[in-house]
Amino acid sequence: MEAILTSIIAAATPLVFASIGETITERSGVINLSLEGSMMLAALAGFAAGYHSGVWWVGFLAAAAVGAAVAALVAGSSIALRINQVAVGFVLALLCVDLSSFLGVAYVRQRGVSVPHQPIPGLSEIPWLGQILFSHDLVVYAGLALIVASTWWMFRTGSGLILRGIGERPAAAHARAVPVNRLRYRYAAIGGALVGIGGAAFSLDVKLGWSFRHTAGFGWIVLAIVIFGGWHPVRAAFGAYLFGALQVVALKLQPVFPGLSQILPLLPFPLMIFTLVLVNRSWLRNLADRVPALRGLLSTDTPAALGRPFQP
Amino acid sequence: MPPAERTRLHRTALLVLPALAALGVGILLLLAAGVPPFEALWRLYEGAFGDGGDVANTLMAWVPLVLAAAGLCVTFAAGAWNIGIDGQITFGAISAAAAARLVPGSTAVVVPAVVLAGLAGGALWGLAAGVLRTHGGVNEIFGGLGLDFVARGLAIYLIIGPWQREGVASTGGTDLFRREAWLPTVGSTNLSILALVLAIAALAGTVVLLRGTRFGLELKAIGKGPASAILLGVDATRRMLWSFLICGGLAGVAGAVQAIGFHHKLVPAVSGGYGFLALLVVLLVGFRQAWIAPVALFFAAILSGSTQLQLRLDIDSSLGGVLQGVLVLLVLLARGWQLRRDRSTVAVVGSPTGEAV
Repeated sequence: MEAILTSIIAAATPLVFASIGETITERSGVINLSLEGSMMLAALAGFAAGYHSGVWWVGFLAAAAVGAAVAALVAGSSIALRINQVAVGFVLALLCVDLSSFLGVAYVRQRGVSVPHQPIPGLSEIPWLGQILFSHDLVVYAGLALIVASTWWMFRTGSGLILRGIGERPAAAHARAVPVNRLRYRYAAIGGALVGIGGAAFSLDVKLGWSFRHTAGFGWIVLAIVIFGGWHPVRAAFGAYLFGALQVVALKLQPVFPGLSQILPLLPFPLMIFTLVLVNRSWLRNLADRVPALRGLLSTDTPAALGRPFQP
Repeated sequence: MPPAERTRLHRTALLVLPALAALGVGILLLLAAGVPPFEALWRLYEGAFGDGGDVANTLMAWVPLVLAAAGLCVTFAAGAWNIGIDGQITFGAISAAAAARLVPGSTAVVVPAVVLAGLAGGALWGLAAGVLRTHGGVNEIFGGLGLDFVARGLAIYLIIGPWQREGVASTGGTDLFRREAWLPTVGSTNLSILALVLAIAALAGTVVLLRGTRFGLELKAIGKGPASAILLGVDATRRMLWSFLICGGLAGVAGAVQAIGFHHKLVPAVSGGYGFLALLVVLLVGFRQAWIAPVALFFAAILSGSTQLQLRLDIDSSLGGVLQGVLVLLVLLARGWQLRRDRSTVAVVGSPTGEAV
């Protein structure tokens, strides 16, 4: 049991980074649909940079840069050129997937660097919990810390409030002298950088190496997790762990039911649709309105200005 | 220069300059990969049109592309992003495979039954995405992607489960359909006249539907926003569902053609990514539906040419996808740039309705 939980925490780490990153981007009102491609290209960039430099964190820097650049392109085409974000994001998703295949040929099945295993002294000796949470590597710890830090930042700080403001009512934020579009660039890029780190967390950590379409399907799944998570970091992380659990269970069941292991990873998307339909039912909405304690848990209101360009 | 002439010149430049730039990116990538670029591009052309067999393969890639793109014009007109179209192709192929396995008799009976089954299956899957949007409160982008995953899961389940090959359960696909269920082809090539006719009819039908009928006008009204739909007195929900039904149906026919005209069995990746590629085609042509035919031919040529490139020169076939993606991206950016210079128009590029999503 401990071993399974430990591997779930590790397996979900890339998705934790990517889904919190996309949550931040979407909270600012920008929808970055390119994740399937940008995460894959970032995974390649991370692997290649690590391979040539021999230093794992250089790989993460390169991956973050690629993720941020693609996200900035999506934001820029919407803000500066008023092109539909969904269109650009979709084209970039396909383009970056093919680009990663073409540029990655030389790296297929090469041995690269990996993030070293580093149990935290002391904490990792706590019975049960120590093994599950504190005997991983730095990237996994950073993922856990990101859940706490991003939640605190988004809901307990002034700049977090502004982030939510520009995604909900950009005109009101503008009236209060908030530079809406400049901040949208910034948060799109920050979110994109986290998506890129998620990609590198695959190729340098939990799914070591590079292969043809190394992270196939995960980008679309992250988009689903963000919605499933109702644009809340903790719930997004929960979605990522749920998906990590499905993956680990599928892996364990592979010898017994070879077919099931192919189908289980496809489940989160239908699960997400089911959740969406459910939370949109009026009785559940009424319930959430009446019981304040449930409101945080059940509300899945899309940021009101998501995908809408703002012209001051 | 008279304004009309100037705009025509501009419009041509907006297509030609990005095409040249995309070509430039392709040449740079080939140089980076250590391949003589012009030889590779010549081989790409040869791979697409070199001999009769190559032309047949290109045309058979054109067919599902045109079918899916024609369908997407209908949902786009209504202002919906039917990104789940790959799932509709897949479910159409699954339904077609069921018909190919079940319906007895000669080709004259089985093939029409298979195509109709594909039409019905795709329409059902499209309708599901539409219902999720109109009645479930689920944006069609995510509902559609979700249904795509469901269709793929179903295909894998059938291939390794109930429809598994004699003796071995492998994800390589089901047993081949019996010969009567294959699309009849010309000579020894893969070219099927029936498939070509289906694609041309679908495209012509879509153009007529959108330009010449009241239904098309109503769809475009919905796409323009709720206010114009109300002015016309249109039941927006029903029209929206019809658009998904039509798009899904055409995608399903594409799936049927893939199943009985190309693979001759059900495989997990039966959609071949034609749905996503068709979205690129439609983004490129915008409102001018008639342009789908040449643009889809260009895309199909790149697709089949780059497959040959991999076989003959060992250049990864993803080069074709890179060229297509760069071209569409640059065209979108160029249009955006043009509109920025000419702020008299308020349309938003990339959404045929002129609306932000």
